[in-house]
Amino acid sequence: MAEEKLQRLEVVTPERKVYSEDIRFVVLPGSEGELGILPEHAPLVSALKIGQVRVQHEGKTLKIAVSGGFAEVRNNRVTVLANAAEREDQINLERAQAAKERAEQRLASGGSDIDTARAEAALKRAINRIKTVS
Amino acid sequence: MASLRDLRRRIKSIKSTQQITKAMKAVSAAKMRRAQENVLAARPFARRVRDVLGRVGSASVGLKHPLLAVREPQKVAYIIVTADRGLCGGFNANVIKRAVQEIKDRPNVEIINIGRKGRDYFRRRGYNIAQQYVGIGENADMGLTGEIAKYVMDKYAAEEYDEVYLVYSQFVNVLVQKPAVQKLLPVEPPEGDSDGKKVDYIFEPDAEQIMGKLLPMYVENALFQALLESKAGEHSARMTAMDNATSNAADMIDRLTLSMNRARQAAITKEISEIVGGAAALE
Repeated sequence: MAEEKLQRLEVVTPERKVYSEDIRFVVLPGSEGELGILPEHAPLVSALKIGQVRVQHEGKTLKIAVSGGFAEVRNNRVTVLANAAEREDQINLERAQAAKERAEQRLASGGSDIDTARAEAALKRAINRIKTVS
Repeated sequence: MASLRDLRRRIKSIKSTQQITKAMKAVSAAKMRRAQENVLAARPFARRVRDVLGRVGSASVGLKHPLLAVREPQKVAYIIVTADRGLCGGFNANVIKRAVQEIKDRPNVEIINIGRKGRDYFRRRGYNIAQQYVGIGENADMGLTGEIAKYVMDKYAAEEYDEVYLVYSQFVNVLVQKPAVQKLLPVEPPEGDSDGKKVDYIFEPDAEQIMGKLLPMYVENALFQALLESKAGEHSARMTAMDNATSNAADMIDRLTLSMNRARQAAITKEISEIVGGAAALE
């Protein structure tokens, strides 16, 4: 079999570069549904929702929690731009759980629309992190 | 010549000043290292956002978005990023000077100050300050930049501002910080790829919504980046300034010690000659 074609995946946040490797297959949490990207994909720009980037390479799967953002696919390069992203082995489960409880309390106590929207988003992010680990 | 006591007192006071500058230098050096790491870690994202925006922008020419609308600049806002504290050489002065240069020919300007030093300067001179953010501390966070970005974007979309500029200090390296002016709004998507080829993207959901999210992200990130650069620059400027101050103090101590020794010697010589003179008078 000819050598496997690979593509470069980069996950970048404003604070740092989270991931940068040549990989085989990646699933992105697109806003309109999950997108599986193989090498030689047509140019694409997609909004992302809160969810997981799943990387498959050499039989292993790595999950990266992202909190929305964008993905650009071009010339065998997949660039994920997210405000926050954590690899599954970098997530602090206790913190995520604490964040989840905080968000739930805020939702329960009610408040203005903005607070509710914020708490909901925080809750989604926390749940996403917890799901990514387990 | 100053008296021996005066000289001793001055040397002592300079020594304690030197201790302070030395300590400040050490603190700045540590903070600078962290701030520098932050800047360098943040640059890839800023570059990627700019790249993507450039390519998406050139792939969707003719797209209308409030943040892209170019208007005759009647009312212009300047976001000026300075440090909260002084004692960092010409760091704040350079940014302020650059900002004043930009502002002075504009009739209708509003200022948004980030950092106490800039705020104090423009407030004292009666400029029109719309917003001020002081005491933001060591780490610029996305919450704050999001808030500021939202403020100017809302104002821009409501046509209350016709242009928004960002004046900050670029961190070139430890010794060089360059005041920079960047046009924040309207967003001018950078040129696409150097080969000038347009990429035929598939947009998901569509170009308009992508731009609607990408543009605020770009503005927010530009601000975030400016804060990081400014922070790193501040600490390196302070470190350099304090290093200079410490070595100046050392020079001064050397000179004063020399004159103190001279004065002491002169006093001793005088005393001896007085004793000799006195003894001679008795014979």
